[in-house]
This record gives sequence, C-alpha cells and structure tokens, in this order.
Amino acid sequence: MLFFIEVLIGGLLAGVMYSLVAMGFVLIYKASGVLNFAQGSMVLFAALSFVSILAMGAPFWLALVLTLAIMVLLGVVIEKVVLRRLVNQPQITLFMATIGLSILIEGLGQMIWGSQVHGLDLGINDIPFNFYGVFISQFDLFAAGCAAVLVAGLSLFFHKTKIGRALRAVADDHQAAMSVGIPLKHVWAVVWAAAGFVALVAGLLWGSRLGVQFALTLVVLKALPVLILGGFTSIPGAIIGGLIIGATEKLAEVYIGPYFGGGIENWFPYVLALAFLLIRPDGLFGEKHIERV
Amino acid sequence: MSVQGNSILTVNNIEVIYNHVILVLKGVSLDVPEGKIVALLGANGAGKTTTLKAVSNLLRAERGDVTKGSIEFKGKRVDKMTPPELVKQGVIQVMEGRHCFAHLTVEENLLTGAYTRKVSRAEIRRDLERVYAYFPRLKERRNSQAGYTSGGEQQMTAIGRALMAHPSMILLDEPSMGLAPQLVEEIFEIVRDLNQKEKVSFLLAEQNTNVALRYADFGYILENGRVVMDGKAADLATNEDVKEFYLGISSGARKSFRDAKHYRRRKRWLA
Amino acid sequence: MFYRETGQYKTNYGADEQIFPIRQDRIGVMIILAFAYLAVPFIGDDYWFSAILIPFLILSLAAIGLNLLTGYAGQLSLGSAGFMAVGAFAAYNFMLRIEGMPFLLGFILAGLSAAAVGIVFGLPSLRVKGFYLAAATLASQFFIEWVLTKFPWFTNNSASGVITAQKMVLFGYAFDTPMSRYLLTLVIVTLLALAAKNLVRTRTGRDWMAIRDMDVAAEVIGIPMLKTKLLAFAISSFYLGVAGALWAYCYLGTVEPQAFELTRSMQLLFMIIIGGMGTIVGAFFGAAFIVLLPIFLNLFTSTIFAGQVDPGMLSHLEQLVFGGMIIFFLIVEPLGLARLWQLGKQKLRLWPFPH
Ligand SMILES: Nc1ncnc2c1ncn2[C@@H]1O[C@H](COP(=O)(O)OP(=O)(O)OP(=O)(O)O)[C@@H](O)[C@H]1O
Ligand SMILES: [Mg+2]
Repeated sequence: MLFFIEVLIGGLLAGVMYSLVAMGFVLIYKASGVLNFAQGSMVLFAALSFVSILAMGAPFWLALVLTLAIMVLLGVVIEKVVLRRLVNQPQITLFMATIGLSILIEGLGQMIWGSQVHGLDLGINDIPFNFYGVFISQFDLFAAGCAAVLVAGLSLFFHKTKIGRALRAVADDHQAAMSVGIPLKHVWAVVWAAAGFVALVAGLLWGSRLGVQFALTLVVLKALPVLILGGFTSIPGAIIGGLIIGATEKLAEVYIGPYFGGGIENWFPYVLALAFLLIRPDGLFGEKHIERV
Repeated sequence: MSVQGNSILTVNNIEVIYNHVILVLKGVSLDVPEGKIVALLGANGAGKTTTLKAVSNLLRAERGDVTKGSIEFKGKRVDKMTPPELVKQGVIQVMEGRHCFAHLTVEENLLTGAYTRKVSRAEIRRDLERVYAYFPRLKERRNSQAGYTSGGEQQMTAIGRALMAHPSMILLDEPSMGLAPQLVEEIFEIVRDLNQKEKVSFLLAEQNTNVALRYADFGYILENGRVVMDGKAADLATNEDVKEFYLGISSGARKSFRDAKHYRRRKRWLA
Repeated sequence: MFYRETGQYKTNYGADEQIFPIRQDRIGVMIILAFAYLAVPFIGDDYWFSAILIPFLILSLAAIGLNLLTGYAGQLSLGSAGFMAVGAFAAYNFMLRIEGMPFLLGFILAGLSAAAVGIVFGLPSLRVKGFYLAAATLASQFFIEWVLTKFPWFTNNSASGVITAQKMVLFGYAFDTPMSRYLLTLVIVTLLALAAKNLVRTRTGRDWMAIRDMDVAAEVIGIPMLKTKLLAFAISSFYLGVAGALWAYCYLGTVEPQAFELTRSMQLLFMIIIGGMGTIVGAFFGAAFIVLLPIFLNLFTSTIFAGQVDPGMLSHLEQLVFGGMIIFFLIVEPLGLARLWQLGKQKLRLWPFPH
C-alpha cells in the first residue's frame, strides 16, 4: 500500500512537470487558436540560453533576467516575422508554421549555443524526504509550487485584465477583433512573450531534471495528451490533465507495463486521453466548441 | 450627385484587386455627408462588403488591395491606416454575419469595443449603460456566452460593441441578414436613433433595398463593382428602374424585354 | 491566350466527364507521362533513380493519401507514417508467411491491412475534431511503432528489428535494377494518382469536402458521418500502406520501424501544405520540394562554407534554413504551390491582358 501511494504521488508530481509545458500551449492556443508545436523548442531554447549565459560567468539572477529578455524578444520577433503575415489563414496553416518554427528554433539554438549536453543545477536538492513513511521528492514539490503560482497568475491575467480579454477575443475571431481595433500584433507579441516566460520556467525545471539537451524538445509529446485531456483552452485543465496523466502513467508503468515488456509510456497517455475524449470531445475543461448551422 | 461641403467620408474612384488577379471594384466613388445615413445597395457579389472593407482597411487580411483611388475621412487620407488606427480616428466596421466573440459573454464582447480608448473604468461603465439603454435586451443577456444568443442579439451585440469605441462613423454591413422583418425594423430604428442622438454617420450595405431606402438619407447602387446609380434615398425609392429591379414593384402592366434593355443602356452610360 | 477553354464543346456525356475535361490539361498530362515513361529511363542514372526519383514518387503517393484525408475530408492527421509502417510490415509478413505470394498482391494486401488499421484509429474522429483529433492521431503513430518494435513476430525475430525486403519477381522478371524499380513505382503511382483524381470528383469526394467545410451542416443535409469519415480514413490509409510497402521494397530494401517515425508524418504534412491542400497535383509539387530542398541545401552549404565550418554547425544551419523556407512558403502562398499553378493558368488564360 505504501508503495502504491509512493508511486501515485511520484506520478502526480511528474504530471505537474508535464503541466508546466502544457500551459505554454494553452496560452498560445487561447490567443491565436493554434496549437504551437514550437513550444518544445522554446523550452529547449530557454534552457540552453540560460545555461550558456551562466557558463559565461554571469550570476544566477542576471542569467535569469537575460534569458527572460531573450525569450520576450524571441516572442516579439516571431510575431513580427511570422504571425503578422498569417492573419486569417486557416488554423492548419498556422500550425504548420509553428512546426517550421520549431525546426528553425532548434537549429538556431544549437547554432548559437552549441549542441552538447549541459548540466543545470538550480540549487534545490533532490533528496526525497520522508513523509509518514512515503518518500517525496523535494524538487518535485518545488516544481508543483512554481506551477501553482503560474496558474494563479495566468488565470487572473486572462479574466481580469483588458489585454487578457482582448486575447480571448482574438482567439475567437481574428477579423472581428481587428474590426473593433484590437491590434493583433501587440496581443500576439504579449502572448508569445508570456509563452516564452512559461517555457523558461519549464526549461529550467526540466533542464535540471534531464540535463539541457536536444531531448528537451520531446517534452512536447508528453504535454499533448495532457492538453487533450484538460482541454486546449484551460489553464486549470492543463494542471488537472497533467495530474491525471502523470498518475495513471506511472501506475500503468509499474502495474501493467511488465506484462507487455515495458515501453508503454509513449502511447499509453495518448490512449488514455483518447478514452476521455470520447466522453468529452473538448477535453475535461476546454471551452465547448460552439457550433451552429 | 455630389454632396456639397461637409462630407465626413469621401471615397474617390477606388479599384480593389483580390489576390493580384481578381478585379472586384472597378472605380467606386461615394460620399457620406456628416451626420447622415448612406445606403450602399446591390445584388450579391456586387462589391458592397469589399467597399466597406476597403474603407476600414480589413481588406489586407483577405489579400485584397486598393490599387487606385483614395479614401478620405474628415479630410484626411486614411487608405494606409491600420484598422486600430482607423478605430481611433472614429471609423469602425460592423462586419457582415455578426462576428461576435462566441466564447466571451455579451458584456465582455461590448467591453472589447472600448479597447482603443484610454479612459477611466467609470467612463467605460457609463458607456456600457448607454449601450444597454439602446439595447435593453443585451442587459438581460449580459452574462451569457455570445455564441449561444440569438441572431438578433448577436447583431445588437456587434453594433453595441462598435458603439463602445465612440465612433463618429459606423460601417454597417448587412444588419438585416437572416433576421425576422420585425427585428430588422427594430435594428434600423436603433440605427436612426443613434444617428440622430449620437450624431453617428452610417454607411450601410444592404440587400434589403426597401428598408434601407426608408431609413437612409442617400443611396448608391452598386453593380459588378461599379456605381450605377445614386441619389437621395427618397428619389431612388420612387425611381422606376429601382422599383422594378430592386424592389420588385413593376408599375402597371408587365414590361416588355425592350424596356429592360433601356435600363441596361442607361446603366452602361452611367458607369 | 494559351490556356483557353473556349471552343471546346462537349458533344456527349463521356467527353464532359473525363478526368481532365480541358484539352490543354489533357495534353499536359500526356506530355509529362510520356516524358516520365519514355525519356527519363534513358537520361536518368542510378543515383537519380534511387536517391531522387523513387523516393519522390513514393512520397508523392503517400502525400496523396494524406491529402485525401486531411485536404479533402478535413481530418488533420499527425500519424500518417504509422500507416506506412503498417503497409511495409504487412507486405513483408504476407510474402514471408504465404508461399508464392506475388508481390503485387502483397502490396495490395499491405494497403488493405493499413486501411483496416486506419479504420480503427479513425473511430475517434466521429467524436473528436480539429487539433484534438490531430493530437489523438499521434496515438496511432506511437502505438504502431511500439507494437512493431515490441513484438518480434512482425520482424520475423530479427535481432536488430530490421527487415529485408524479399525479391520482387513478376513472370520471371526480377525488379532488381534501380531503373526497373523506378518504372514499377511509376506505374503504381500513376494508376493510384489517377484513381485519386477521379475519386475526389465522385459522390464520395464531394461528401468529404462537405464534411471538411462544415461537418455539422453536412450531417444535417444527410451525409452519413460514420461511413464517410471512416471511408476517408480507410482509403487514405490504403494509399499510405501501399506507399509504405513501396518504401520498403522499391526504395530502401531494408527497413526498421524507425523509418516511419513522427518526423516522417510531419514531412508528409509539409508536403501537402506546401504543395496545396485538397489538390492531387499539389502532392507531387510538395514531394518534389521536400525531396529536393535538403539536397540543394546540402549542396549549397557544403560548397559555400566548405571546410570553414564544422559539419555539426552545417546541419544546424540546414535545419535553420529548412524551417525558414517552410515559414516563408506558408506566408507567400498559404494555399500552396498548386495555387500558384492555378493562378499561373488563370494569367495564361487572360494573357496578354492583365485582368
Ligand atoms: N477574399 C476574396 N478573394 C477573392 N475574391 C473575393 C474575396 N472576397 C470577395 N471576393 C469577390 O468579390 C466580389 C464582391 O464580393 P463582396 O463580398 O464585396 O460582395 P457583396 O456585395 O458584399 O455581396 P453580398 O451581398 O453577397 O454580401 C465577389 O464576386 C466575390 O467573389
Ligand atoms: Mg457582403
């Protein structure tokens, strides 16, 4: 029983890590109605920039500020060079553009910062502590704390601010948003900058987990089932989805996996998410797709 | 016809091409006098929407381009301005087919209209109440998602949203689309109200010639990207050709084909 | 001027219902086919056949398959390479386990197997739409990859997971030179491409497009959702399955499941976007672009920067340019090369007048 609880808690906390990546997707999906495939590359890019600046001898806080500046700049440039020119195109075109972006950012990041694996130490020790007989990772708890703060902040931003409202308006209807004078450029630049910030947080946490390396881009594939489950448009959904996926994935790995010779973690979350989808086609918390003939 | 003196909007012989090949407007000129309602009439595909979008500059996003001519608002060239700049100048478009933000509530929809204005919260509240005064129905539905409100309510939301920007001119595209006749009258009454009380000038594109000519001061008739007729709304409404071709009223006996040709001839001469 | 339909009067229904109803199109297609069948075998060399033309043709076929599903029926799929894998491994197992199985029949069975798997993975599309469906199609990608690597039966217990395609022999003739493989691929691709071109203008094709444009409305006017969507998945997967078998048999010779990874699915998606969604000719444009671009890039970077920059750097640079080109294309012509083609034809029709 204790073992079960330990696996469960480990899974839940691992799920929070997925949620961190998923949140970046939600931001951009909400504002431009597009699944940003480049989120994973942005995570890599943020982490790479951070460790490289650190390696040049900058203190921690300076590296953080500089990386944040880089990510905001990246967001603004993406808006200026790409998105602005794709206004009103079908979603799939935008989606493909983000795949193009992901290739480009990966290339760029590794060209500038090199492609060797860097270690990253955030100074949070990863020794599990004993909580009534259950071992819990401190690092994971820290990550969960970060996620909670992010969620609270983003929810306020979307529902209580003028620019947040404009963001949701743009997500619903580009053209109408333009017609009332919402400058798409600013809105998108803000959103991409915010997504860059979320990518930075995710990049630091994941980077110190796995090492900063190319494989970081693959966290996208972990985040997608979370999004399907939680809904592309809901920040709390991203968290709950992450928790569900994380927990079930770990439990399945431990209790079902051995029967298949393991390796099920690549597809299991997808099948699980799919099963949920059949019940709720817009995810558990996604905005219902309003469709009228 | 030319309107002397104080026209708020002047469109000067504009040509619009979509996708670099599809020529849609072949030289359209029109005038909107300050404080008046001008109707832009014509069959499907005549180019009404295109004309409005050329003014509000929403064309660019559809790969359309104004290749000739000029557009002036309050005496200033506006053809190179972005939509947000235009909204700040006081020109706002209400698009065809009531593009509401489906997932936002009615009230949130209205608030987005005030995006370009830098004023206090209290003032925005006041404007909101003003819109609700014109559209009491919206007040009842203020907290429902716009996507689930009726077509009429969506049209009202769209107009109300435009009002929140404090425009001096509204480009209104087919407000009657898909609405019951009574609701159409209701909407047009409100348009007239806004025009008289708030001094908003209107350029409105309509299929419903009958209603449009009753509420408008002037009218332009567009056909195949050209203005083929224009004049005071009252004059147009009594014009034999307009009656025959746009209002479906023929005077007396059925006309022979030769008379129809007379209209064609006249049209070509005007264009 | 050169591309005018005027004066081409159809005097019977047969003439009006041809696949290419316009004479100029017909002549154009004839010229291209004649060139591909009669001229290319003599001017091409082995490098051209096996490194450029064969993969180009097979990828075109796969892109047609994906285009039927995504471009015509509007169901975005990120798992198309999975179905290619099904085709490749099905063909291998059919020929391995059934004595004397003719390889062409094996290819057809491969297509049918892929179609069956496609139907299963198409089931969620009845409930799920848009990006939700797209993300869900990844399930097929990962699941198929996992099954093929986890169960050694599929690879005939090959230790490395690599299979070696059997010889292709037809009436005693063995397709073992690059040129003969090119011709074989060309025949199959021609036939299937024409079939697709025809299919999309039938009732089925129109139902697909209706669903793509608005599926609620399509359902309301009585288009059977279940049948139409699953048919799209089935036929699309059939094309992908055959393409997968060709990839194994005519192109690589030896394959492992990793040849059909997610990146391949993405590549196919790029092809139909760059070529033009919802067009058959676009699949060919897109495949040509995707096959040739890396070759050009490689040539370009290695001649310009030869020796000055290390190879790792070069490959990142290539990546950068590739990503950039894709974005550039999407911005310049979001409807794809096929759209440029069409605009070009329109210009020719009016030429020498501008409008
Ligand atoms: N984005 C576009 N690309 C190409 N052609 C377009 C585009 N938008 C409109 N057109 C063409 O321009 C012409 C005029 O269209 P427009 O929408 O202005 O007509 P309209 O008078 O508003 O018609 P309706 O009363 O049906 O709304 C039509 O022939 C249409 O096909
Ligand atoms: Mg219109």
